[in-house]
Amino acid sequence: MKKQGGSKMVKITLGAINEVAGSSKNYKTGNWRTLKPVIDKEKCKKCWICYKFCPEGCIKKTDDGPVIDYDYCKGCGICANECPFKAIQMVMEER
Amino acid sequence: MEEEKELFSKGHRACAGCGEPIAVRTILNEAGPNTVAIVCTGCLEVVSTGWPETAWEVPLIHAAFENSASVASGVEVALRKLGKKDTNVIAFGGDGGTFDIGFQALSGMLERGHNVKYVCLDNEAYMNTGIQRCSSTPYGASTTTSPAGKCSIGEDRPKKPLAAICASHDIPYTATATIAYPEDLKKKVRTAIDTKGPCFIHVLVPCPTGWRFSSEKTVELAKLAVETGVFVLWELKGSNFNNINITKKLRGRKPVTEYLKTQGRFRHLFRPEIKQDVIDKIQRDIDEKCKRFGVDL
Amino acid sequence: MAKITIRGNMATALGAKLCRPDVVPAYPITPSTLFPEKISEYIADGEMDAEMIRVESEHSAMSACIGASACGARVCTASASQGIALMSEMMFIAAGMRLPIVMAVGNRALSAPINIWCDHQDTISQRDTGWLQFYAEKNQEGVDLMIIAFKVCEDKRVLLPATVGIDAFVLTHTIEAVDVPDQKLVDEFLPKYKPELYLDPSKPMTFGSFGTPEFYQEFKYAQTKAIEKASEVIDEVFAEFKEKFGREYKKITPYKCEDADVIILTMGSMSGTARAAVNKMREEGKKVGCCKLTVYRPFPGKEIVDLTKNARVIAVLDRDISPGFGGALYGEVAAQFINESKHPLITNYIIGLGGRDVLIEDFEEIYDKSIDAVKKGRVEKPVEWIHLNKEVL
Repeated sequence: MKKQGGSKMVKITLGAINEVAGSSKNYKTGNWRTLKPVIDKEKCKKCWICYKFCPEGCIKKTDDGPVIDYDYCKGCGICANECPFKAIQMVMEER
Repeated sequence: MEEEKELFSKGHRACAGCGEPIAVRTILNEAGPNTVAIVCTGCLEVVSTGWPETAWEVPLIHAAFENSASVASGVEVALRKLGKKDTNVIAFGGDGGTFDIGFQALSGMLERGHNVKYVCLDNEAYMNTGIQRCSSTPYGASTTTSPAGKCSIGEDRPKKPLAAICASHDIPYTATATIAYPEDLKKKVRTAIDTKGPCFIHVLVPCPTGWRFSSEKTVELAKLAVETGVFVLWELKGSNFNNINITKKLRGRKPVTEYLKTQGRFRHLFRPEIKQDVIDKIQRDIDEKCKRFGVDL
Repeated sequence: MAKITIRGNMATALGAKLCRPDVVPAYPITPSTLFPEKISEYIADGEMDAEMIRVESEHSAMSACIGASACGARVCTASASQGIALMSEMMFIAAGMRLPIVMAVGNRALSAPINIWCDHQDTISQRDTGWLQFYAEKNQEGVDLMIIAFKVCEDKRVLLPATVGIDAFVLTHTIEAVDVPDQKLVDEFLPKYKPELYLDPSKPMTFGSFGTPEFYQEFKYAQTKAIEKASEVIDEVFAEFKEKFGREYKKITPYKCEDADVIILTMGSMSGTARAAVNKMREEGKKVGCCKLTVYRPFPGKEIVDLTKNARVIAVLDRDISPGFGGALYGEVAAQFINESKHPLITNYIIGLGGRDVLIEDFEEIYDKSIDAVKKGRVEKPVEWIHLNKEVL
């Protein structure tokens, strides 16, 4: 039987109760995107608007500025569209 | 910098640019981990609980489509009985599961006074089943069961004023919010959590797939909905509408065409010819509503 | 042990009270309304430490039961007829989510036409939900089966919900003498409910996952295995109950069946009438016996076969009808025998629908018809309706 997306075949549990909170992280949605956000650190003012609006929650706040987790970024472009300083550009994904 | 724990995890299967996870992240991160969430069948449930994956980092129960509010009633009473009365109980429901099929359960929960915070994530149609019309669908929008056509302008009924109906239950706190104003949304969630008794928050969440716009514009459209008066941000304690607090008043309210022309679901109002009478009616209704609420500065 | 006289509804409410439930979401419906009324009285007088949720529909009642049970609370409710039909969706879900909820059902006919009287259609129509099903013959059983149901359901090998059926009006509103089990003994028999999986922020988990084709079948298989295992657990609990409280229960209780040519199979209050009819017919020299089914799900197929296989004919009485087929119990009994190398003739009698009284002469008619089939060597009319008023048809 083929694998379900990114997740392994796991043993069933009582009543389909899932004890592994946050196990959605097993499925890396990064391969959904065609466009990829790239942050220009010079322009970034660390206002964290991109962090607030990311539907995936894959932008991390660090002392160095926002860091995008490309394993999960779907390339929706909201961060680039909302950045008040135009510090994020959507570029074509290269593979 | 201390890493903030996300209570709604990445890896969920929502469409790129979906407004619902933005709302849920904002709400849960404000509510904190001492929360039990309830969700009804809909986009949110389907994208976040596919066995063996779950995006939820708080305890969650999904039962059926029309009963977020009644399952939440059982959860709230049980937690209280078992000595966990400080745990937040947040019931999520889509507009389908709240405005229509879940209306009875919601009314019952509000009337009985449960300490449940009900959040309706409103994308204005039955999106999970493929964009069918709901009582939340605005006048003039095209959906698969109220399609625009030679003899139809799309949805021909006004949007059900659900938040006002909830406030009319004389509950301690009712509010409307949207993802474009996260601080406003967080403040309202905080007020709801700090208010004892049933609270209702109506959150507008644009849907790129159903409203037909490019995925990067989700937050922009939520903002435009407020700036054109299509969606009014307010809060109210009790049922006396004289005490309503408009949390975003507008100076220089934008004309509704600016909002309508950005979305494929209103495209038929502009092409092949402009349906001016429909657009005028939509504008009139908004003008009347904004006057009634006192939105314009 | 106190002896009191109470109605069947009060008996199930009393049984529930003795089990110390935490949360009771309930909605009124004839004939089970007295259950939530009694529970609210107990709570109002401080005799019961439970929370009632006065929900706005039966669908919400079962939804609230599910929410509360998932948090680790002991939960029960009561309903009947249209209420059971309305909450049907949630009954499947409660069983699928493996929540040990106990529901007292005042077995009543289903509309249309609307009818408030005794009939088994309501719970029979839900036989595929995955709930355990018990049927009481008298009010004493109403009290006892509630206690037994909780113990079976909360067993870690089971973790499934159960209905305890008491016939509308014949039991729910009829006063009978009942031995009230001692609270201290019930506390020893049924300790506090301690589930391993429940909703709590200290250990977040998701209940009610979305099950795709890769997994759904296995979940259903596991659930089915649990209800099959319940058969064993029920026997254990019955034995423990007998030791603790002195009353014996069996999944199926035979009466004068050892040498019987005709064995009559019944569920619910008509089982008492069946025994009276058997006594009368035995005096006339007829070799007849009866069997009372107390547990309908899990279906005690093996026990039925063992008890009835030596009869010439089994008369299965159904206080329900699956239109276009026949009685539900009949179909299931027949299926048990189909692979046996030899088996009795099996006949089906639809009886007592919508509160039609079940009389001793009905059993006599059933005996005559069944013996007739034995003489002919075959059953010409497998499904017959008893006590039909042909004048109005």
